[in-house]
Amino acid sequence: MKASAFAYARATSVANVLELLSAYGERAKVLSGGQSLLPAMNLRLIAPELVVDIGELGELRGIAVKGSVITIGALTRHADLLKSSEIAAHAPLLKDAVAHVAHPAIRNRGTIGGSLAQADPASELPACMLTLGATIVVCGPGGERRIAAREFFSGIYETALTPQDLLVAVELPVTPRTSTHFFHEFARRHGDYAIVGLAAQAVVTDGRFADLRLGFFAVGDRPLLAMSASRLVGVSITPAVLSEACTALDAELDPPEDQQATSAMRRHLAKVLLTRCVSSLLARPDLCAGASA
Amino acid sequence: MTSEAENPETLSVLDRPNSYIGRAVPRPNLDRLLQGRGLYVSDIELPRMAHVVFVRSPHAHAKINRIDASAAKQMPGVIAVVSGRELSNVITPWVGVLSHLKGLKSAPQNAIAIDRVCWQGEAIAAVVASSRAQAEDGAELVSVEYEELPVVTDMRTALDPATPVIHASLGDNLAFERIHDAGAVDHAFSEADEMVEAEFVFGRHTGVTLEPRAVVADWNAAEARLTIYQGTQAPHMVQNIAALHLGLRESQVRVVCKDVGGSFGIKVHIYADEMATYALSKLLRRPVKFVADRVESFNTDIHARDHRCKGKIGVKRDGTITAFEIDDLTGIGPYSMYPRTSAIEANQVVNLVGGPYVTRNYRARARVVFQNKNVMCQYRAVGHPIACSVTEGLVDLAAMKIGMDSVEIRRRNLIADDGYPCASPSGLRFEQLSHQAALAKIVRMMDYEALRAEQAALRKRNVHRGIGIASFIEVTNPSAAFYGVGGAKISSQDGVAVRLDPQGSVICQTSITEQGQGSEALTAQIVASVLGVSMDRVRVILGDTDNTPYGGGTWASRGAGIGGEAALQATKVLRKNILDIAAAILQSAPGELDIVNNRVVNVADGAPRIELSELGRIVYFRPDTLPPGIQPELMATRHFVPREYPFAFTNGIQASWLEVDIETGFIKLLKHWVVEDCGTIINPQLVDEQIRGGVVQGIGAALFEKCVYDERGQLTNANMADYLFPMAGEMPDIDVGHVVSPTMESELGAKGAGEAGTAGAAAAVTNAVNDALRPFGTIITEIPLTPQVILTALGRI
Repeated sequence: MKASAFAYARATSVANVLELLSAYGERAKVLSGGQSLLPAMNLRLIAPELVVDIGELGELRGIAVKGSVITIGALTRHADLLKSSEIAAHAPLLKDAVAHVAHPAIRNRGTIGGSLAQADPASELPACMLTLGATIVVCGPGGERRIAAREFFSGIYETALTPQDLLVAVELPVTPRTSTHFFHEFARRHGDYAIVGLAAQAVVTDGRFADLRLGFFAVGDRPLLAMSASRLVGVSITPAVLSEACTALDAELDPPEDQQATSAMRRHLAKVLLTRCVSSLLARPDLCAGASA
Repeated sequence: MTSEAENPETLSVLDRPNSYIGRAVPRPNLDRLLQGRGLYVSDIELPRMAHVVFVRSPHAHAKINRIDASAAKQMPGVIAVVSGRELSNVITPWVGVLSHLKGLKSAPQNAIAIDRVCWQGEAIAAVVASSRAQAEDGAELVSVEYEELPVVTDMRTALDPATPVIHASLGDNLAFERIHDAGAVDHAFSEADEMVEAEFVFGRHTGVTLEPRAVVADWNAAEARLTIYQGTQAPHMVQNIAALHLGLRESQVRVVCKDVGGSFGIKVHIYADEMATYALSKLLRRPVKFVADRVESFNTDIHARDHRCKGKIGVKRDGTITAFEIDDLTGIGPYSMYPRTSAIEANQVVNLVGGPYVTRNYRARARVVFQNKNVMCQYRAVGHPIACSVTEGLVDLAAMKIGMDSVEIRRRNLIADDGYPCASPSGLRFEQLSHQAALAKIVRMMDYEALRAEQAALRKRNVHRGIGIASFIEVTNPSAAFYGVGGAKISSQDGVAVRLDPQGSVICQTSITEQGQGSEALTAQIVASVLGVSMDRVRVILGDTDNTPYGGGTWASRGAGIGGEAALQATKVLRKNILDIAAAILQSAPGELDIVNNRVVNVADGAPRIELSELGRIVYFRPDTLPPGIQPELMATRHFVPREYPFAFTNGIQASWLEVDIETGFIKLLKHWVVEDCGTIINPQLVDEQIRGGVVQGIGAALFEKCVYDERGQLTNANMADYLFPMAGEMPDIDVGHVVSPTMESELGAKGAGEAGTAGAAAAVTNAVNDALRPFGTIITEIPLTPQVILTALGRI
């Protein structure tokens, strides 16, 4: 389990990264936290000719709040997100989600940019980006591009990034103080990739949803911002309404089958998750007949 | 200080003042390991050492038509590429059978496959290079032309006439069959008021040691001697087998076993990869290292379990169990493992089913079949989890059928504590067990009645919790009945040598080995206690065939009971020798003297007479001052093997308390209890942690671990992301209690404890899940109990 021989460059600037990516294209890989890249290389699943280590680029690290926008540098580690007071105050959903990302050792190395660029459909952060309406900031040969999260994820491990692009930051709108959130995932063990997960953000007024965004993950080839959420907004939630929303959600899903769950089980769990989410956000235990999640 | 009787020679070491026995003293090797100064095989670097990587078959069953290594041989750093045929000039094949397992058959297995591969992952060539990375580069360029053959994967159809026979020379795919019939089973079933049948299905899983299998083989042509550094549980067994198949005398092979990062039975076998590494060293006349990577570990470390066992129980309305019957089927891969064989697990299942209970009516059949999957063999608690899950599952089903509480049915059927000695329905002899005391104790520990009340209250709120109970027996301290009688050169006796050095320190060489369970600690505790010195004066040497007495090693829960007794007896002799000399020096009588706190004292008043260091100085440097005719012997050796009972059976009981989320199928483990009886407890902390670790492995089997093969014989989850290993976050608190029934076969009285946790955990968890699901009328008898399995059983998906 040793990687094939590869060339290594420690990038000195974003421009330097772009230069190298431009020269090597698909033969190069960007090394950020290395938590997905290095195991894949050691298993010889991939054998890049050049590894471009962006670890020295301090300008890509850190969290800044300016007006109504939180900017998170691509190199910001999961552990930093978890302990950031800005994230806790302005994007608490993200904080809850990061606690489910693997284990401390991985969170100490893994980065938000790496996770988004990897685009594993079962991982937490891409779904959060959809729910929170994030903008992904990318630098490429043609300059900077700003891509809405819903346009960014295009398939299993596939994104709008080209081999010449570097993901440099994400921007999140500051969540309003009136907003509330829910995050839960079903995983066999804490830290595993989810069988099904949900990152939800809502505004609840007088017991009704004024706004509801449901970002599901591990239910298809990319994270899903569920359209069925709209059925729950502005109406009084009854078991019947919730049941209809579940049916509508089911039509939106295209869940994969793997060793942990069949497609049918994922559909079932997504509906359980939706029910529990609504029950939790509205503080309505009556909507949730079963045991606690 | 109380007087220790007139004659300390007859005093039990357990009664000595300042005894370390029964105390949770820290392990002497902790500092070394925690400071990173352990020496694992992976750490060993020798001059001119090369690394071997094996080219492995991607097919489960295929002919090897051609191997082209020409490109690989040109790669930088590559020293040699060796095929199975070339290696067969250096090492002979083996057949994993034992004569006491009647009818067991297997085919010759080579260190590297010749002409044909029989499982995905079997090695077909070795690439030896200056570094592991270079060897992997070379291995990528070895081109192999395979011709795929039909595969046998499903054990249920392995014996069908239409199924291809894996080894034509054997005639069929049946490796072993055992039939047992005791008492009057048909009559007993006819007398039962109710009968319950079920099929119990067990997933194939593996040991997943933190440190993978690793070996450095160093053939020294000048000495004509092979030194093998290997993480093994049985150094002398490795020595014997390496010598046998390399055409050497045992004295030409030295096996050194330093620190081992976990074994669990995985490292007690002879693997083809290690045999190939020994042979490569001899062939290339240089040290060769093999360290399995994680993917190789999943594909080539032995797997275990994978049974389908039909069971039947008869019960009267008053709870009396009238009979057990089982029909067990297991698939072991294409070869019976060497030298312990792959029939032992099924054989154990037959031995152990019904073991805790009074009924003598028992019928069993076990069949062991070949398949094109990785080899299966013994892993922690061989056969016990199968037998326990089947027995305890049936007992719970019987209780359910007659509407009896699960504790009550056990109380009425477990062998009475004053009913010993007696024998199990399969003929195993029990010296002294304590099922009833253990049951009473666990009921108190868990506050059973309160839990039942809580369960009932929560059910009304649609929260579904369950209680599972599992009694078990465990085979420990095996005599020669295990392997020796079948012709295997696996020692069932162990030896210990103890020596007093001039400064009063003690060197102790033992043939048992250490893989993290505390063999070194318990040996030091016994030696220090028996001799009367502080533990820091005792240095224990293990794991070196040149430098320890001959013995079996550490496996089958035998280290403390057998090696510990040898240590006790050897130290008693040393102690007597020291007191004889002290008496001569002091012009006293040996009976009037004792050793306490590193010095010789008067028995009568405890007054110090002579320091051991002073005695050592006189013996080693001024023997001229001793009275004439005295020849001091400050080194003593003793060996021990149980003779009266083939096995020192232990017993225990486990209980699980858990919650099933009926909408998601997820299980939350809330609490686990164990009461077990391993006889004399040498170090309670080590015993309790062995129990807890064992329970976690049992829970792994119950909920998580499974080697998933597809119909083509491909192992599809050979990595730590997809093979779900039990992790701390999901584990409950595990409370451990003890009942102590020492074995009278030894003065120490210790029985084994290493496998008790694994033996009963899966049964307790499965019974608890079924208890939780009782309102739904659902019974699940398949593990691992994944959310998918539970949701399917509940009809939710």
